[in-house]
Amino acid sequence: MIGKRLRALLGGAADMGRLMVGVPPYAAYRAHMRAHHPDQPMMDEREFFRNRQEARYGGRGGGRCC
Amino acid sequence: MSIAARLGWIVLALIGALALGIVAIERGESVNAVWIVIAAVSVYLIAYRFYGRYIARTVASLDPARATPAVRLADGLDFVPTNRNVLFGHHFAAIAGAGPLVGPVLAAQMGYLPGMLWILAGVVLAGAVQDFMVLFISMRRDARSLGELIRMEMGPIPGTIALFGAFMIMVIILAVLALIVVRALAGSPWGLFTVAATIPLAVLMGGYTRWIRPGRIGEVSVLGLVGLILAIVYGRNVAESAVLAPLFTYTPTQLCWILIAYGAVASVLPVWLLLAPRDYLSTFLKIGAIAALAIGIVVVAPPLRMPALTQFVDGSGPVWSGSLFPFLFITIACGAVSGFHALISSGTTPKLIANEGDALFIGYGAMLMESFVAIMALVGASIIDPGIYFAMNSPAAVVGTDPASAAAAVSAMGFPVTPGLIAQTARDVGEETIISRAGGAPTLAVGMAHIFSQLIGGKAMMAFWYHFAILFEALFILTAVDAGTRSGRYMLQDLIGLAVPSFRNSTSLAHSLIGTALCVGAWGFFLYQGVTDPLGGVNTLWPLFGISNQMLAAVALTLATVVLFRMKRERLAWVTMVPAAWLIICTTAASLLKLLSSDPRVGFLAHASRFREAAARSEVLAPAKSMVEMRSIVTNDWIDAGLCALFLAVVLSIVVYGIRSCLAARRIDRPTVSELPMVAAE
Repeated sequence: MIGKRLRALLGGAADMGRLMVGVPPYAAYRAHMRAHHPDQPMMDEREFFRNRQEARYGGRGGGRCC
Repeated sequence: MSIAARLGWIVLALIGALALGIVAIERGESVNAVWIVIAAVSVYLIAYRFYGRYIARTVASLDPARATPAVRLADGLDFVPTNRNVLFGHHFAAIAGAGPLVGPVLAAQMGYLPGMLWILAGVVLAGAVQDFMVLFISMRRDARSLGELIRMEMGPIPGTIALFGAFMIMVIILAVLALIVVRALAGSPWGLFTVAATIPLAVLMGGYTRWIRPGRIGEVSVLGLVGLILAIVYGRNVAESAVLAPLFTYTPTQLCWILIAYGAVASVLPVWLLLAPRDYLSTFLKIGAIAALAIGIVVVAPPLRMPALTQFVDGSGPVWSGSLFPFLFITIACGAVSGFHALISSGTTPKLIANEGDALFIGYGAMLMESFVAIMALVGASIIDPGIYFAMNSPAAVVGTDPASAAAAVSAMGFPVTPGLIAQTARDVGEETIISRAGGAPTLAVGMAHIFSQLIGGKAMMAFWYHFAILFEALFILTAVDAGTRSGRYMLQDLIGLAVPSFRNSTSLAHSLIGTALCVGAWGFFLYQGVTDPLGGVNTLWPLFGISNQMLAAVALTLATVVLFRMKRERLAWVTMVPAAWLIICTTAASLLKLLSSDPRVGFLAHASRFREAAARSEVLAPAKSMVEMRSIVTNDWIDAGLCALFLAVVLSIVVYGIRSCLAARRIDRPTVSELPMVAAE
């Protein structure tokens, strides 16, 4: 029970860390593509990471504050 | 509310009032920093629970049943429904930067009390309200950006004006951030070596995440952190080596050119190579350092040595010139209210919010947290000896460059300090000199080194902690310079695109090089001007930054007011009108003073005419060394004055458009707001 909670907490912290630098969870993307676009090609984890990196830093509004 | 809960809030209110009372009334005896922390946290909790909830439930009427953009437009990439705690971290990391750390340090010259009161009142009534309202407005409109929201609700002209204002803020922010780095690293081989070492380190990390272990951000960040610590430790050897130290010792002007070249090159490199990996380091280091500082203040419980009020509330202070009203309210921008957050709250965050009900926690809550960072920065600046504070933050024109002249000048201000203490502090932190290291970052680094060295390592570790703090600030400032130049370039391409459509959305190399050159040229110009300014540059650039940032906040709050009028909730619109009016008064007063004040330390035009008249008498005033430089100082003053006038024009035109939109909305007896129709969440 405590182990499960701790795992959830650590998982959340890892998600938070990744999202802080612009990478949402790959699992959510995969689940979304399977559920809604099963006919379309799906990026693998490496492509997904590069896509998100480019989206955060390469494009418009790569904003952060002063 | 149950009786127990009610009692709990009453107790909290009493504790908060007690802490505030101790901080405000205690004289003679030094107040412990913990009282400030207790007062701040009590204010935040009460504001969040009562005022925040009132705004969320009554003013905005958040509807948890309404589907958010993340739900309706889910794509697993940009639009992803995200756990509220995870999103809170994301949003906080995006809004918290160097601003809340620097402004309060500069404001400490008036004593800790004015800054503390403005940080607390400003965040509760203005800053957090703005962040929340913009998030709310964007969330109801497919997570559109601030410029688009203004265009939708107020018309295309104010939309363009706001876009232009945002670009100018970007330019000033980049210049002032770069100036802080220059002041911190000039003549500091230890500091410059550690910062320079982050470049090869980031490139190695970039290669690692690109080819060896793609996407392993946690792993690579730990490796990077180890590298950073080694660089700080080895930096001492560099500083002590007769061969290596000169390689990393530069004057402010040389560093200024190095930074401009760096900004130009870094912003056209592929993002995975330098920008992304260093952003990992700077983001995680920032969060870690903020957390450590909070723990440090509570555990060490240092007494405040700065007086509650100093004589400089009259505007004669050496750090920056200008009286408490209006200049305190633009010197502390981030931490109390920051217009730049409106760009974040209408950026990635509204695309990730899973439920409308979370908007209060994220929009209002994260800003309270940023305000707490500002309070800690204020504490950091107030726990060091005031004599050291003024020796570090006064321009060389006032305190000279050696400990004896600095000690004499600062003691004459009424803050007794010995040359020995100034020299000893420099030795403690491993620097040649700490005199005239304006810009806030070095002062905060000394404060942090004080706190951290009492936690771990004692006096022997102080130099390590000082350089750790400098590195942490320089790292995210350089990341901001790099990322800001990129987004400034896009903003510029959008603006030029209004006249020359082919410029917009252009991937052509020529267009992006032109955009980059213009953007770097713009902030480089202000940086050079600041670096060569005898009053240290902070005196010129920080007020311009503050005015522009608060101006954008006034624009965002005006938008929020218009939206409330168009929702036919004008009875509740005082929530945004009061802070908007206050910011409009402050920015208008400050820009008029910057333009027209007869004091050459405050007014740009007065400064220009002082130099012009001297030039007419063929006299050369410091810092100019020739007639050519005299003329360029006059030109710079005119450009700064022009910028101020421009900011004034932006804010006044937005206010006029805002009032017109509100009056138009009042004449119509039904809501005219362009919200997207309600779709129920599943």
